[in-house]
Amino acid sequence: MSEPNERSQTITLRVNGTERRGQVEPRKLLVDFLREDLGLTGSHVGCEHGICGACTILVNGEAARSCLMLAVQANGAELMTVEGLAPQAGEPPALPGKTGQLHPLQAAFWEHHGLQCGFCTPGMLMTAYDLLQTNPMPSEAEIRAGLSAVLCRCTGYQGIVEAVQAAAETLRARRGDR
Amino acid sequence: MSSTEIGESVEELTPKFVGARVKRREDQRLLTGQGAYVDDHHPPGLLQAAFLRSPYAHARIARLDTSAALTRPGVVAVLTSKDLVPLVKPVRAASKMREYKETSFPPLAVEKVRYVGEALAVVIAESRYLAEDALEWINVEYDPLPTVANAPTAAQPDAPLLHDEAGSNILLSREFARGDVDAALASAAVRVRDRFRFRRHATVCMENRGCLADYPAGTGELTLRSATQCPGLLRDALADLLDMPEHRIRVVAADVGGGFGAKSSLYPEEIVLCAVARRLKRPVKWISDRQEDLKTSTQAWDEIVDAELGLQADGTIIGLRADVTTDIGAYSIYPWTATLEPIQTISFLSGPYRMPHYRGRNRGVATCKAPMGPYRGVGRPVTTFVLESLMDRAARLLALDPAELRLKNYIRADEFPYKTPAGLVWDQASLTECMQKARDVLDADTTTRWRAQARAAGRWVGIGFATYIELTGVGSAIPVSPGMPIATGTEAAFLRIDPAGTVTATFSVAPQGQGHETALAQVVADALGVAFDSVRVICGDTALAPQGTGTYASRSAVLAGGAAIRAGQTLKEKALKIAGHMMESNPANLDIRDGQVFLRDKPERGLPFRAVAKTAYAGLRRLPKDMEPGLEVTRFYDPFFGTASSATHVAVVEVDTETYAVTIKRYIVVEDCGRIINPLIVEGQVRGGVAQGIGAALYEEVVYDDAGQLLTGSLVDYLVPTASELLPIEVHHIETPSPTTLGGFRGMGEGGTIGAPAAIANAVSDALSHLGIEINEIPITPEKLFRLVRAAEGTP
Repeated sequence: MSEPNERSQTITLRVNGTERRGQVEPRKLLVDFLREDLGLTGSHVGCEHGICGACTILVNGEAARSCLMLAVQANGAELMTVEGLAPQAGEPPALPGKTGQLHPLQAAFWEHHGLQCGFCTPGMLMTAYDLLQTNPMPSEAEIRAGLSAVLCRCTGYQGIVEAVQAAAETLRARRGDR
Repeated sequence: MSSTEIGESVEELTPKFVGARVKRREDQRLLTGQGAYVDDHHPPGLLQAAFLRSPYAHARIARLDTSAALTRPGVVAVLTSKDLVPLVKPVRAASKMREYKETSFPPLAVEKVRYVGEALAVVIAESRYLAEDALEWINVEYDPLPTVANAPTAAQPDAPLLHDEAGSNILLSREFARGDVDAALASAAVRVRDRFRFRRHATVCMENRGCLADYPAGTGELTLRSATQCPGLLRDALADLLDMPEHRIRVVAADVGGGFGAKSSLYPEEIVLCAVARRLKRPVKWISDRQEDLKTSTQAWDEIVDAELGLQADGTIIGLRADVTTDIGAYSIYPWTATLEPIQTISFLSGPYRMPHYRGRNRGVATCKAPMGPYRGVGRPVTTFVLESLMDRAARLLALDPAELRLKNYIRADEFPYKTPAGLVWDQASLTECMQKARDVLDADTTTRWRAQARAAGRWVGIGFATYIELTGVGSAIPVSPGMPIATGTEAAFLRIDPAGTVTATFSVAPQGQGHETALAQVVADALGVAFDSVRVICGDTALAPQGTGTYASRSAVLAGGAAIRAGQTLKEKALKIAGHMMESNPANLDIRDGQVFLRDKPERGLPFRAVAKTAYAGLRRLPKDMEPGLEVTRFYDPFFGTASSATHVAVVEVDTETYAVTIKRYIVVEDCGRIINPLIVEGQVRGGVAQGIGAALYEEVVYDDAGQLLTGSLVDYLVPTASELLPIEVHHIETPSPTTLGGFRGMGEGGTIGAPAAIANAVSDALSHLGIEINEIPITPEKLFRLVRAAEGTP
């Protein structure tokens, strides 16, 4: 954690619906602020050059690479990280098998084996969340194009694509779309 | 949801968990951002490390002055190799193999650097930002030395030497032979030969390497959290290098973001951080950035293979000879040594075929590149590419169907166990069945008609087959790397049943996404007869685990699964004796299912397993005569020869006639990995493996220039496939339990990657067969295809 110093600035932002404040050096990356200062370690750092997408979060409702933003640039912004997808999900259950309060995307990733090592998963979930916001019923090709912003080295993407298709269905049914 | 899936209600479960499509219990934490990767740990007082890395491929260190860096803000220490000398022994990857030259791999460079990215110094500071700032203040001067740029030139007698102590850049040479291959090839009706080139590749785990060392003075216990596949192996090595008792070192690998082989070796940074934490008595963390990872994580598969295959006129193989040159990079890695990839190429080159005459020779040559290490498949992706390409060429010459030629030459069912020319033993494999099923799935006749129609329309389309056989669950008889000092044939399971009847199963294997917490719980639950949910699996912590090494070489299902069965059976036996005593029944008449002990002939009579567990700890008065209390056991398993896994892959491709890009239209895998513990996980592993094989075949290449500079130091330059490049992989199983392993399991973590480059290369050769083009180099990039097509058409 880099200690605040004379160059530090105060930032105020909302993360997963809660107002947070921080003292950060202007050079501090947003993802480092989230992970180190706020303890939100769900967003992962995979490349620090905007290719792998593991650090993807929502900034004012849109997907963004938190490794390509400075924390000071997020001053006043509304952020959502993977921890905000299902705030009620709670601790891993002693008795697994209960989807509990998982977001439909998370539940679908679980059902369709959309993750192995899990490192890209938070970025993948947030990217898929963004995709389904803008395109609620994407085709397989649209899902693949949308998810090409995040690299996964484990799954070959097949379970992920199936999960996003399934989650789109679930969300559509919830909205009561025709 | 089928009845065998784990759903909302445990009661709905069938009693057998092995074979069921059980959803992973790891996923809840990973999906909610609650995973515990190395970088997620921030103990109080944490310091961060940044390494000074060489910009030169080969240079003498003329001056290295850290005094200015020490004065920078937040800097706590700066260390070079001089500081490490009293703290750690140099790493020397030993091997008893003849014609292997042992060399040193210092954790920080001593006197000279041998590849771009080699660490010379480490700054320890209050934050990574401040540590990196201070790197700029280290005063270093280099005297550049001639670059040892590639294996063929490095092997020349007058080449500049990388390791003076070796006296040559050729650090190993080895030959495996059977019969008289020269005479056999001289008598062959048909001979096919070529020089094959498999370019250098990188694993690119999404989590970069990283570690965190802590040495609280009070306990005198050194804890290393590392993104490693091999906590046990690291613990043993660090004890030796740091001259510490093994029981004072704990290595923990909690959640690890992919490994694929690159996280199975001991790395300089792990040693340095342990030494620093021990000296400073404060926790120290180092997390690689992506450029560091691409520069310093072990690389793979960089080989030139001259191979020639001879066949009789009817297509019967009579012999294969090959000379392999492996670019092993700058250092021999611990524990596998530089022999790992080279030896496995000449071990596996004879493939799934009857091979009466064989000679495989290999040289491993040191160059100014990152060290070569294991990557998914080790040796087999290259050899499968070579041999399967030669098979297709032979089929074309003999005007035989490529699938028929393979079927004719596979090792036959009645020839198992089959000893290969290199001395491996295949216990059993379903070669013919896999190929026949693959042809059925492909609908070979329809696809061949489609190909003819497409070609008539001017399209470049092709079909490629590849079959492989590989050794998994390697035991002590055939070490992973011959002659190295560590034993890889042994793993254990530690099972503890507590008085409440819940089970903790602890293993020294350590997953990086393979789902051990789920799959091994399935095995334990079945072995004991208890509910899946009552079993908790712990992996990746040497303080808890029994002795073992880790997860690599497609071994966890076989070794840990086998040990789990043994341990489960031992405890079940004891539990039944206790239950018999409690029920006044003969234990032989009892069994356990769904956590309930019952009389076989009167299933309605029984008692809950947890009552037995409670009694086990209730003291001698409640137990059978002479039985000691407790329900705990550690059992070991060594599968001795290991077991064979095999598959046939089929790729259908189209080459764009204008852009020369290769598109995969269909990809089929028919594999036999023995008894399947969890089809969901197996299919995920196969698909992920194929994805890496597709990346290797078409997109990925580590490129160094002649000065030894890495040109692919970012993910913009090193191209791993995205969702857009990949397609649904069709996976089918032939499930033949291994005749030699406990549980009948075979390893399957690597197979997908082994078959894919070969199948794709053969499909591209088929697509361009009208031009007489034979693919002999991986990756198959549009530029290379463009040049091949222009050359074939006679246009410059």
